[in-house]
Amino acid sequence: MDWFDSWALTLVVFTPAVGAIVVLLVPREDERTIKLVGLLTTLVTLGWMIGILTQFDYDATGVLQFSQNKEWIPVIDANYHVGLDGLSLPLLALSTFVTVLCVIYSWNHFPEPHNPKGFLALILVLEVGMNGTFVAEDLILFFVFFEIVLLPMFFMIGVWGGPNRRYASLKFFLFTLFGSAFMLIGFLALYFLVDVNPDIPGQQGSFDIPLLAQVAGSGLVASTQSWIFAGLFLGFAIKVPMFPFHTWLPDAHTEAPTVGSVLLAAILLKLGTYGFIRISLPILPEAAKDWAPWIGLLAVIGIIYGALCCLAQTDMKRLIAFSSVAHMGFVMLGIATLTDFGLNAAVFGMVAHGLITGMLFFVAGTVQHTYHTREMSRLGGLLTQAPHLGWILGFCVMASLGLPGLAGFWGEFPAILSTFDPGAGLPEETFRTFMVFAAIGTVLAAGYLLWMYQRVAFGEPKPEFADAHIHDVTPVEWIAWTPMLVLIVVLGVFPNLIFRVTDAPLTEVASSIAAAVGG
Amino acid sequence: MLLNQFLLLGAFLFATGIYGVLSRKNSVLVLMSIELMLAAVNLNLVAFSAYLSNVAGQTFALFVLTIAAAEVGVGLAIVLLIYRNLRSADLDEVDVLKG
Amino acid sequence: MFFLEQAWLVPLIPAVSFLVVLLLGKRLPKQGAEVGVLAVAASFVLSCGAAVQWIQRVDDAEGGAESALGGVLRAFGRSVGRMASEEAVAVVQPVTKSLTWFQNGLVDLGVGIQIDGLAVMMMFVVTLISLLVHVYSLEYMRDDRRFTYYYAALSLFTASMLLLVVADNTLLLLVGWELVGLCSFMLIGHWWEEQPNSNAALKAFFTTRTGDIGLIIGVIMTFFLVQTATGQGSFNILAVNEAAESGEASSTFLFWTAAALMLAIIGKSGQFPLHTWLPDAMAGPTPVSALIHAATMVVAGVYLGARVYPVFYEGFDIAAGGVNLMAAIGGITILVGASLAFVQNDIKKVLAYSTISQLGYMVMGLGVGAWIAAVFHLFTHAFFKANLFLGAGSVSHSGSHHSFDMKADMGGLRKHMPQTFTTFMIGTLALIGFPLMAGFWSKDEVLATADASDYRFFFILGLVGAVLTAAYMTRCIYYTFFGEYRGGDHAHDHAEAGDELVEHHLADDQEAHGHGAHAGPHESPLLLTVPLWVLSVFSVFAGFLNATAFNIEKFKEWVEPRVVFPEVIHPEFDWGKAILATALVFLGVGIAYLYYWRGAGLVDFTERSSVARAGKTLLVNKYYLDDLYTGGVVGSIKGPVARASYWFNQHVIDGVLNTTGAATAATGNLLYRYVDQGSVDGAVNGIATTTGRAGGGASLLQTGRLQFYALIVVLAVGLFSLALWIGS
Repeated sequence: MDWFDSWALTLVVFTPAVGAIVVLLVPREDERTIKLVGLLTTLVTLGWMIGILTQFDYDATGVLQFSQNKEWIPVIDANYHVGLDGLSLPLLALSTFVTVLCVIYSWNHFPEPHNPKGFLALILVLEVGMNGTFVAEDLILFFVFFEIVLLPMFFMIGVWGGPNRRYASLKFFLFTLFGSAFMLIGFLALYFLVDVNPDIPGQQGSFDIPLLAQVAGSGLVASTQSWIFAGLFLGFAIKVPMFPFHTWLPDAHTEAPTVGSVLLAAILLKLGTYGFIRISLPILPEAAKDWAPWIGLLAVIGIIYGALCCLAQTDMKRLIAFSSVAHMGFVMLGIATLTDFGLNAAVFGMVAHGLITGMLFFVAGTVQHTYHTREMSRLGGLLTQAPHLGWILGFCVMASLGLPGLAGFWGEFPAILSTFDPGAGLPEETFRTFMVFAAIGTVLAAGYLLWMYQRVAFGEPKPEFADAHIHDVTPVEWIAWTPMLVLIVVLGVFPNLIFRVTDAPLTEVASSIAAAVGG
Repeated sequence: MLLNQFLLLGAFLFATGIYGVLSRKNSVLVLMSIELMLAAVNLNLVAFSAYLSNVAGQTFALFVLTIAAAEVGVGLAIVLLIYRNLRSADLDEVDVLKG
Repeated sequence: MFFLEQAWLVPLIPAVSFLVVLLLGKRLPKQGAEVGVLAVAASFVLSCGAAVQWIQRVDDAEGGAESALGGVLRAFGRSVGRMASEEAVAVVQPVTKSLTWFQNGLVDLGVGIQIDGLAVMMMFVVTLISLLVHVYSLEYMRDDRRFTYYYAALSLFTASMLLLVVADNTLLLLVGWELVGLCSFMLIGHWWEEQPNSNAALKAFFTTRTGDIGLIIGVIMTFFLVQTATGQGSFNILAVNEAAESGEASSTFLFWTAAALMLAIIGKSGQFPLHTWLPDAMAGPTPVSALIHAATMVVAGVYLGARVYPVFYEGFDIAAGGVNLMAAIGGITILVGASLAFVQNDIKKVLAYSTISQLGYMVMGLGVGAWIAAVFHLFTHAFFKANLFLGAGSVSHSGSHHSFDMKADMGGLRKHMPQTFTTFMIGTLALIGFPLMAGFWSKDEVLATADASDYRFFFILGLVGAVLTAAYMTRCIYYTFFGEYRGGDHAHDHAEAGDELVEHHLADDQEAHGHGAHAGPHESPLLLTVPLWVLSVFSVFAGFLNATAFNIEKFKEWVEPRVVFPEVIHPEFDWGKAILATALVFLGVGIAYLYYWRGAGLVDFTERSSVARAGKTLLVNKYYLDDLYTGGVVGSIKGPVARASYWFNQHVIDGVLNTTGAATAATGNLLYRYVDQGSVDGAVNGIATTTGRAGGGASLLQTGRLQFYALIVVLAVGLFSLALWIGS
């Protein structure tokens, strides 16, 4: 199993690439083969992931496992360093898992213009980027994977999207790239300025993340740390997305095809928050502490503001998009507290949000497919015409507003808990104010979600659709959705499945920040 | 007789020939001028042959005569073809290779 | 000890039943109802077992080693002989059992049960009333459009409420609390095809969720309360109570914790100012109203107050007397509820406001330090209020064509529905505090404690409330059971009127109950009346569990916590106050009787006096609170505020973005036109043009004329030779 130990992550990351190449080689007309290759590739990747899950040492979740470190670009001192610890594990699992479901869902659901070949190839390339980001342990490698996800998504939105797709895809691409440019500068600054060997000042720097985390910004003056943090912040915050850098999200989500929205919401948004926890916080602890109240403020604004904008929406998908802003606000609030509770809540929230909002987008996509509209004023009576779909929507609505017993609760409640007692000497009064507003945010969440549900599912169908042949959930959709629904309940009842994995590494992060700041 | 008398005559004939070639409109006259030039060259050659008592010059002159004759024949044939195609023997009108 | 230790089965069985009914219900002969009924019956049996064993446990600690059953049977006999003095009571520990749920940070969170007298009492009440409602619904909800789903929701509710009750830590309590909120939402909006019903469901959920802000913050604060006291945070209720009692935490901290939890109680238990959802919740089926909005869910707030009472006791400094937040809110609620009950035409709304008012008594009771009285009132109230609600359901089912409008569709029903009338009367007598009925003992104990603890103002408030209660219930009885029957054809006229009362009528569209077309009012079938009789029995006799006049204090003995509990006052039965209260009750009944039966005095008062009319308008409009909340708060958040945020998003933030984009594009354009195309490309093009022109110039030499070329040759040769000649 030594072989597997070294190569497992590389397999997980690059198998989709192989699959993409194979798909490109198949002639365009042979749709069946294309779909089969796509499905097979994602299943194989998931297979590798299951192998990793079984081989993972659950008593050493704080340690980087399955590690592989090879020379890659010696000129710039960038290595191919991949590794998996308790923080990356749930996210990587989420990524591989959701991609399989997306491919299954797409089986009969390719949006206009058809072209399954291009579409599936793009999904596979996207998966490479997503998987790679979660396991990269070298800054340049991280950057490469971080950027890889942009192009496929750009094309998915731009070619297969809705009426305003050109604007949306371009906005998404440019905005994110803009942030990434600053992030790259930050990375370079880290390389040049951080003393990786504190005993020898001025020693040549490194891009290696664990190493940088270990020295935690030694050799950097506080103001420099702040600047670098700002650069990284821009790159990650745009991705999360945080207020006020969020405006690309509603457009991108509304115009993207269903599967694109699901992948965007379920996984791409997590790249930003993951970047915060993996890179920004451990490597720049002092700057993290200085910035934390501001991050908390923006997070809380995001929660309230996102909820308010949701209430103003008439398009179902756009409403769910804004709800993502609000949910990621909770995640960022948890991160901003710099405590183990908060960070655990954040990671749990990432997984929960991925599953729940992914499901919501799936349902919205099916509603659009069936009714050919997303305008809530035209919808209604879904529970009457398509009861299974209505029930699933209701279930997802309850999960999204944080009902205990379902996954969403464990992303919100510990986050709010952690704000009461923030770590690393952060100002208590500020964070307790945040706590109150975050709690108000849960009420607003109930507000927009239930109001949406009332308009879409309750009541009688509108005259327009009263006689239309509305079909309920298809077997393919059941296959695609059931795993997610089950997981939402299972994680809600047994949150320990994630907490026991994330606890050790995140406690480590929190305490190292506390130590670096206090000491 | 002095040599330079022959050379002068030859030069005069040659110059006349060049003038004719460059300025006459009629192609036949151009050919005649070329003949004049060739005659001038012959005169030069024979004059030098006599002066130097070297028979090579006279031999050369014979060659030139022969070639001139052949060349006139071909030239006239070309002029005739030009005339047939252009209805004119004016050399100014033959400018198909104009750039 | 079996029933106490395995009490986790009590919520589990209905939970399993929920899944079974949901997934398999439609295929079963009774469409799932049988599973639901059996499950809750099983839970009821287990709860009874737990109750018996707990009583035995208490008695054992008291020093009596009798068999459980013997103890219960001789309970009354035994305590008659005992003096109701404050003896030192033996300590009886609650039975606890827990598992580690998960670890987060350095904290272990557990899931477990804590069974003591309070929990046992609640289990008994919840399972009994749920069982009666299940049975009642067999007839009442027959032919309903979503019969199976209804029973599934009932099972889930029962399971969640029981979870809430047996939970040993505040986090698990929160889980149960939210789940009952979900079930309430599902059940209020049971007939969601009609928008008023789904509106009511949403309103209930939002209002309670607003209160839940307090719960979330309060639960978090209890966690840190324990951390302050012991160094290690925990949600465990015993630990929380200990921490509150220990005096380690600052009074400010305790106050805010209590205030936060108070907000939760206000939301869930329909206290002023978040009471507005309760009357609207009457849009749901009547058995649901009986179960959830009278007997069980709404008392979850009171239960919370009782459970973590030390937090409130210390936080609000209840021992000091005078006034505190809890008592004040409870007191105001009593009056608000009672005053609004007067202007309702819908019988369910009368009962709803009455519930609000009685919940006010309970909260006020907690607020004045009358823990046992408040909890006892919770106990008795569950029985008589459920009785009244199910009675109203019976009336509507068989007497008024599914209408709940008293003025329009009822009247004179005591002749047609004698059993319902009798049970309803019993319930009413219990509610108003008629001597010897259940409500008399419980309500009077609240008032007595208020007076004895230096809360005289609230004592008076409670007395006023008692008068009002008697009056509005008399009014209700008059309109429903006395006078002439006004139902019949009226019910169908209402179909065009479109007022909200008719929603109940329209909603039960499948009510083909075999009445025949417009059969007259008649008594309800057995499945409806038997639960009414059972509850009536309890309404009469439940009070005797703590009939302090006769020195019976069994309830207190069994239910009041012995560990980690503040020293509360237990006043002796005061004959003076009891007589005063009873007199006021009769006064209230008398005034109402005079007004309605005899038409004396203030008839048409509102027509003649503008003040009175204004007052009535205020009441009819529910103090304009609903307008404030729905129109003002929700409307503005949902409307202008949300739109403003979205406008800000699209025009300011996105505006900045788009302007930046446009500006960048314009700059790019300028740059392109003038610098790139103009200068840089200009240079490139210039070179090309020059080269071209040069070539053009050169091509002039290509005249195509032979003689021209010849000239050139000659000139060249000439020049050449000239050069040579000069050179040599």
